[in-house]
Amino acid sequence: MSVMARKLAGVTGAVVIVGVLIGLYINNWAVSTPQAISATPVADATTPTSDLTLQTDAAVGPQESPNHPDWVSYLVKQNGRWIRSTIFTVPANSLVHVTVYQFDGDSGLRNPFLSAVQGTVGGTETVDGKALNHINPEEASHTFVVPQLGVFVPLPGVPEEAKNQCEVGPCDPGTMAHRTVEFTFHTGAKGRFRWQCFVPCAAGTYFNFGGPMQSLGYMDGYIDVV
Amino acid sequence: MAQPPSSEARPLWRRLIGFNLLTAVILGVGGYYLGWFIGHQINGKSFEYQEKIDENDVALLLAYVFGVIGFLIGLGFANYPISRLLGKPASLREKEDHGIARYFGLCTDHKVVGIQYLCGIGLFFFIGGLNAMLIRTELLHDTPTFVGPGQYLTIVGMHGTMMMGIFTSAALGPFANYFVPIMIGARRMAFPRIESLTFWMLIAAGFILSSTIFFGGFPTGWTGYEPLNDQAVMGMDSYIVFFALVGISMCLLGINMMATIITMRAPGLTWSRLPIFIWAVFATAVLMVLAAPMLVATLSMSALDRTINTSFFIPGGGGSSYLYENLFWFFGHPEVYILALPGFGIVLELLPVFTRKPLWGYRLAISGMLGVSLLSFFVWQHHLFVSGINADLRPFYMLSTEIISLPTGFIFLCVMGTLWKGRASFTVPMLFCMAWTFNFLIGGLSGVFLSDTPSDTTTHGSFFVMAHFHYTIMGGLVFSFFAAIYYWVPKMLGLTFNEMLGKAHFWLMFIAFNSTFMPLFALGMAGMPRRVSSYAPELKGLNVWVSISAFVLGFSMLIFLYNVVYSLIFVRKRAEANPWRSKSMEWQVPTPVPIENFPPGPIPSFDFDPYDYGVPPSPGGGAQPAPAGA
Amino acid sequence: MSSEAPPAGAPEPDHLRRFVSIWLVATIIALPLVIFVLGPNLPPGHGSDVASGQVTDNTVLTAMATPVLLLVVIYMIYATINFRQAKGGMLEGQAVRGDARLQTSWIIITGALVLSLAVYGTIRLEQGYGAGSGSGPKPLTVPSGKKLPVQVIAQQWAFTYRYPTYGGVETTHLELPVNEDIELHVTSLDVIHSFWAYQLGVKADANPGVDNVTFVKPTRIQTFEVHCAELCGLWHGAMYDHGKVVSDADFETWIHEEQRNFAATTKVLPPYALTYAPEPTERGH
Repeated sequence: MSVMARKLAGVTGAVVIVGVLIGLYINNWAVSTPQAISATPVADATTPTSDLTLQTDAAVGPQESPNHPDWVSYLVKQNGRWIRSTIFTVPANSLVHVTVYQFDGDSGLRNPFLSAVQGTVGGTETVDGKALNHINPEEASHTFVVPQLGVFVPLPGVPEEAKNQCEVGPCDPGTMAHRTVEFTFHTGAKGRFRWQCFVPCAAGTYFNFGGPMQSLGYMDGYIDVV
Repeated sequence: MAQPPSSEARPLWRRLIGFNLLTAVILGVGGYYLGWFIGHQINGKSFEYQEKIDENDVALLLAYVFGVIGFLIGLGFANYPISRLLGKPASLREKEDHGIARYFGLCTDHKVVGIQYLCGIGLFFFIGGLNAMLIRTELLHDTPTFVGPGQYLTIVGMHGTMMMGIFTSAALGPFANYFVPIMIGARRMAFPRIESLTFWMLIAAGFILSSTIFFGGFPTGWTGYEPLNDQAVMGMDSYIVFFALVGISMCLLGINMMATIITMRAPGLTWSRLPIFIWAVFATAVLMVLAAPMLVATLSMSALDRTINTSFFIPGGGGSSYLYENLFWFFGHPEVYILALPGFGIVLELLPVFTRKPLWGYRLAISGMLGVSLLSFFVWQHHLFVSGINADLRPFYMLSTEIISLPTGFIFLCVMGTLWKGRASFTVPMLFCMAWTFNFLIGGLSGVFLSDTPSDTTTHGSFFVMAHFHYTIMGGLVFSFFAAIYYWVPKMLGLTFNEMLGKAHFWLMFIAFNSTFMPLFALGMAGMPRRVSSYAPELKGLNVWVSISAFVLGFSMLIFLYNVVYSLIFVRKRAEANPWRSKSMEWQVPTPVPIENFPPGPIPSFDFDPYDYGVPPSPGGGAQPAPAGA
Repeated sequence: MSSEAPPAGAPEPDHLRRFVSIWLVATIIALPLVIFVLGPNLPPGHGSDVASGQVTDNTVLTAMATPVLLLVVIYMIYATINFRQAKGGMLEGQAVRGDARLQTSWIIITGALVLSLAVYGTIRLEQGYGAGSGSGPKPLTVPSGKKLPVQVIAQQWAFTYRYPTYGGVETTHLELPVNEDIELHVTSLDVIHSFWAYQLGVKADANPGVDNVTFVKPTRIQTFEVHCAELCGLWHGAMYDHGKVVSDADFETWIHEEQRNFAATTKVLPPYALTYAPEPTERGH
């Protein structure tokens, strides 16, 4: 090969390699987020409503999180299976009815103000069948808060002495100790709204707010109103 | 230069054995896994938290440290100290005449190190710039859309950290290393092996920082503020090790420069005849030596907090978040002057050549640089005006920050004086110098706003600050960096750049740069904080404009890359020994520069004036052409 | 500076006089525009006393920067046009190495400029009781008279607000009465945040375990933006909100409604304090 052809081949090869590396960087790391899960529409509802079923686990388990099996996390039910995703798609101008199976124990709230229920239909949440507008801040295990929609829902935890607690997720509501929390909130115009947990539940990090508390796909997510 | 015996006869695989880059990578990877293994054996009550967070910071820190040590041993940096300990005689030279392989290992020729730096800085500038393009792509939308929110913070952090860490050595690394010995009449730097060490540490650091994406990234931006730093996942350790390595590299680079300039000047080269570039290098080196260790110390404290549960910065354990802010900015402010001073030196060095006039206000320029150097240690709390520091301190720091603009102003007077009644030819290096003047002016004037506490109340932590430091650092250092490249590469590599491509690069870069960063002043004043991926919807139009301009700016860098490939790889037009007709010593030696810089024998006397341009102003006389061969 | 006759015989213009006149004309045109047209419209607007103060300060700074900007920019353009080498030319420039008088005047004038700015800034800072910036637990100057204390609690990742004189009730939105002195106490529960109320011209960092005090008197009934201005983790950018400045009567109505709505919650809150250290204070278990 002539010198010129060799140089051309070398430069082209370098450009291709760099391009592939950049592509991998962007595609496999920068833009990778959990898949968006749509809330299931409820048939025959007077106001358009959709259902979302979630659970919270103290340790999400190697099946849904091979890299961080000990991290606390939310899981969402889709087609009968529990998946680790925190991006939920819901329709605009409708009601969203959320059921959370709370398998984690309590950690308490750093700011007890967040033990008040705000922004839901009726200003209440139903915990194991009972309607409440606030919980004991010491019992808070997680919260589901969408600040931009004004939705603040504290989730009480499983008591320490409960039997048959779930050690590793995904957890089964049929057999393991849990608390069931239900609430409904309105969606308005389209947009992307972030939600987060406010209970310091990321054990082992400073203020228990590191790790999963700061990671999309665990204790933080998006509500995409479409 | 003697040919190494039978080097052509030995097969390739035999030649690859030895202390070289391949060995370094192997030992580096080995050291990484060794450190990782040791880290996982360390147990104790203090480390029980590691199980809960599925992460082991001790292991990663040890892995990085052992990896870097293995890497440096593999390159051969331990050989000389060990051989001296064993009583072998001193030797100055290593691998200085082995062809292209010199550039891929430990070489004590300062010219090789200069070119290595140029390539290394180019590589990391490219990576940092790529991250900048990703940031601007995300900011096309007013809600998080393109990249994940955690990844966005890591990208922002990587961009800033990469640029700040790598560009501190942008002027001193390539150009000072290459040209200081030649300009002062020395055959080498004071500490050639340390010089090479600073380069390879920077390379290791850059790769360590890039590896943060495999460990979860880091959420703190380039400033690494506590306590968020302690809260972060394992990727934060990459940042800590990166900056620790950069800090050590900077400190060693500074010591080397100072020792060389102070002790190795040729006879006749008094301080008052030193080229202004050397003065700027000296002022920068002083800052590097004094400020960089502070960074290493601060980050060591961070590492201790993150691993063994000390509480330097956690109030619950008796520490203070203010401690980190003050320690960091005590380094951080001299750091930005480390970035600014070489720009002063490069521009003042190049202007006389292209205006055919002596440097105007030589002593004023020196006092400007040394004044900036000294004052830079007294201003750091202007980063903390609204943070709740003791209110007594603010007037003092307002005063000191306002005063530091005084010596900076001297530089501008010298620039303007050197242009006065000159005969300027607007070559590509000269264009970059002119752009530097405009950019640094805007940057400096916006600094006046930031130094006034009432005004700072709105602009602190907003895009106004971003615009200010991009104008001073990118508009200042990066533009002067390109000026230096176009000016000095014909001497370093003996090849010329294509002038049309150079001008295209310049004009596109200058216009796109201003179009990108000028609106950021408005965005900041309109209430957009830094490091956010969601902003108020009414700011979307301006952000889209800025993003598109940023893409054009990125494209201008591609034009430069194209010029590099075209001119230096394909066309390869030989450069004359002194294409700019400069009177400075580096242009009086032949191209390529001989290994010992000067012919054997005594160094020529250095009692000449490096700025011996121009004709004396004559009353009523005509302009005279330069004497031939000047 | 002596002029130099070119070979063609045409007299060399007096560059100094020409340049200075161009600069003077530009300054005379620009300064009134900056002071009277641009000035009052500068950020952050007139939503509060400190914001108006900052507008004045920004106007002064811009007015002082304008002649400097014009000087250098006009000079660079002038030099580019007049002091250039003809294409292919090899002439040398004028070998002047300095001018003691010019250098001394420059040092004196720029020195006076920066010193006066420092003095001006200090006066405005202390006259303005911190000019909206967080002045720490012990500000140097404090406005006299009655002040409404409001605590801003920053946490990852939302601001909440407590009103100690209204039973320590905590709310998610900030509402302030117009034309009243407000004493803001900004603190954090975890990492460093920064409370930035843009239209009010207030910015105070929230540090854990520290009470950062700032004073403001809103002067306009409006909605204002609240941003977090210090990177605090994942949702730093999403930590923005809107606050309202309302009339006294509206404020009283609102705060009493909040007290009613959150009566049960207020009972479980810790007693009002200038800083809080809720568990976990370190690495949790």
